[in-house]
Amino acid sequence: MADSTPSTPPDEERRGNAVQRFYAAFESPPRRRALHLLLLAILVVTPWLASQYMTVILTNALLYVVLCLGLNVVVGYAGLLDLGYAAFFAVGAYTIGILTQQFGINFWAAIPFALAAAALAGVIIGGPTLRLRSDYLAIVTLGFGEIVRFSARNLEITGGASGLSHIPEPTLLGWYIDSAIDFYYVFAVLAVLAYIASQRLFDSRLGRAWRYVRHDEDAAEAMGINRVAVKLAAYITGAIFGALGGIFFAVNLGAISPESFSFQQSVLILLAVVLGGMGKIPGVILGAFIVVLGPELLRDFGTLRLLVFAVLLLLIMLFRPSGIWPEKRS
Amino acid sequence: MLLQLKGVSLSFAGNTVLDAVDFGVERGRIQSLIGPNGAGKTSLFNVITGFYRPQLGEISLDGQPLIKRKPHTVTRLGIARTFQNVRLFHEMSVLENVMAGQHCRSRAGALAAVLRLPSQRAEERRIFETSLECLDFVGLTAYRDRLATNLAYGHQRRVEIARALATEPRLLLLDEPAAGLNSGEKQALIELIQRIRDARGVSVLLIEHDMSLVMNVSEHISVLDHGSLITEGTPQAVQNDPAVIEAYLGQDDEELAL
Ligand SMILES: Nc1ncnc2c1ncn2[C@@H]1O[C@H](COP(=O)(O)OP(=O)(O)OP(=O)(O)O)[C@@H](O)[C@H]1O
Ligand SMILES: [Mg+2]
Repeated sequence: MADSTPSTPPDEERRGNAVQRFYAAFESPPRRRALHLLLLAILVVTPWLASQYMTVILTNALLYVVLCLGLNVVVGYAGLLDLGYAAFFAVGAYTIGILTQQFGINFWAAIPFALAAAALAGVIIGGPTLRLRSDYLAIVTLGFGEIVRFSARNLEITGGASGLSHIPEPTLLGWYIDSAIDFYYVFAVLAVLAYIASQRLFDSRLGRAWRYVRHDEDAAEAMGINRVAVKLAAYITGAIFGALGGIFFAVNLGAISPESFSFQQSVLILLAVVLGGMGKIPGVILGAFIVVLGPELLRDFGTLRLLVFAVLLLLIMLFRPSGIWPEKRS
Repeated sequence: MLLQLKGVSLSFAGNTVLDAVDFGVERGRIQSLIGPNGAGKTSLFNVITGFYRPQLGEISLDGQPLIKRKPHTVTRLGIARTFQNVRLFHEMSVLENVMAGQHCRSRAGALAAVLRLPSQRAEERRIFETSLECLDFVGLTAYRDRLATNLAYGHQRRVEIARALATEPRLLLLDEPAAGLNSGEKQALIELIQRIRDARGVSVLLIEHDMSLVMNVSEHISVLDHGSLITEGTPQAVQNDPAVIEAYLGQDDEELAL
């Protein structure tokens, strides 16, 4: 990255320029396209260079990119704290698991139902609570996350504590999607789609409305923006991203259990978003990679690795409270 | 009458803020609402725009009832406002601020945005062009890409007006638009208000403490004191009304006593 942590005020000024140069370097559309193509090429060739183990880890990182970009719509764009985001991930995963494994419905045909279920969950959690101010919302979402996990553990249809297994692998044009590399590409496509969708949402009427409401609810309301409707749209959009991740997560592992969707999971996704920089797409993607790859890269520390990782994160947040990705200013 | 209030009463915890106010704004007119500090002027705006719920009374725009409507609905029906303390979206660009006004005149949702449907792109272009036109109308096109927070105070006030105009209102409510402006900017504001009415056909109701500006720009003045409308009429009539002089003198006495 272009900037380093400065220690003296003159450096501070220079950093402003460095950041501006950093952004200016990618401002022109041809350069942007070149960068996108480069990243895409890296994304495509990586599994052929990486070990099977690394491919699996990277697949998980790409899943996190999807989840983090989804939560970023809720937290970063609309400014709503959500401590139970894994619930939407769970709804997607369980719906697909139940429909394909217990009802024998074709995977692709089941996807719309899983997305609809997640959207419905978004409405159920959002509808009554979005009138509340944000601190209450955090608590309600936390409760919602736990309720979903609790239900999954205690219902018969979700397989109780042991969850669902033998979820059938999907086929695409007669090809079984089953190897590690297959799923790597599935999640790569999802991550790219999530990236494009995030960008397009940001630059849209609704994306702006989210930011207006985040900045000043009353002024937004005075401009004719229905803040409850707009927040609900953020919730539903986030829910759909989460469900998409969950759908493919379920068929990738072939088995899901309530513990995949714990409070910790929600916190980790939120952590990645905050770490990267809420609302900043490249930052959030970076955050997703750090949260997944960080503990892996620290394997040498053995049992201490999570502790070391936590301390590193703490230090980063101490020095860059608005995330590691530099702020763009005009 | 474009806007009509009948017997509007508002109180907070037994404290009467508006007391059976009958009030109206004539179509195509520039009107002012004046009164000493704490008279209830801003509260009256908040009641009209749906931010406050009056306990009693009726409000209608062009015969359409406004009571119990949410602020965003009132805006969609054609009333736009600015705030006494400028409330821009500080960390967003000037143009994005103005685009906020177009939200209620457009409709694309998340799916349309993700798929970039032709209708969505056409709508985005329309939002962009309308907002740019509003920004041009207040003379700030050159600042469109600046962050709102980096603008001089006088310019911020104009952006707020442009943003309100972008809602395509029939009636524009300005809460102390001249506060904090220098005399040159005040003169420009008078011209802007007149152009808003003349060129765009928008009726204007303003709250203002600057008496020379009020006398200059208004065709009709209403005076509010302690939540009651004490008089209204032409600038000349109001200027010479003993009740008005007394209301303002009363305020001076209080200030002296402090
Ligand atoms: N939300 C509220 N809760 C309680 N009291 C309020 C509220 N809003 C306004 N008031 C009270 O209503 C009275 C009128 O306030 P308002 O802001 O309408 O006056 P104003 O005429 O706009 O004064 P100024 O010229 O100083 O802006 C004040 O006594 C104020 O304390
Ligand atoms: Mg006021």
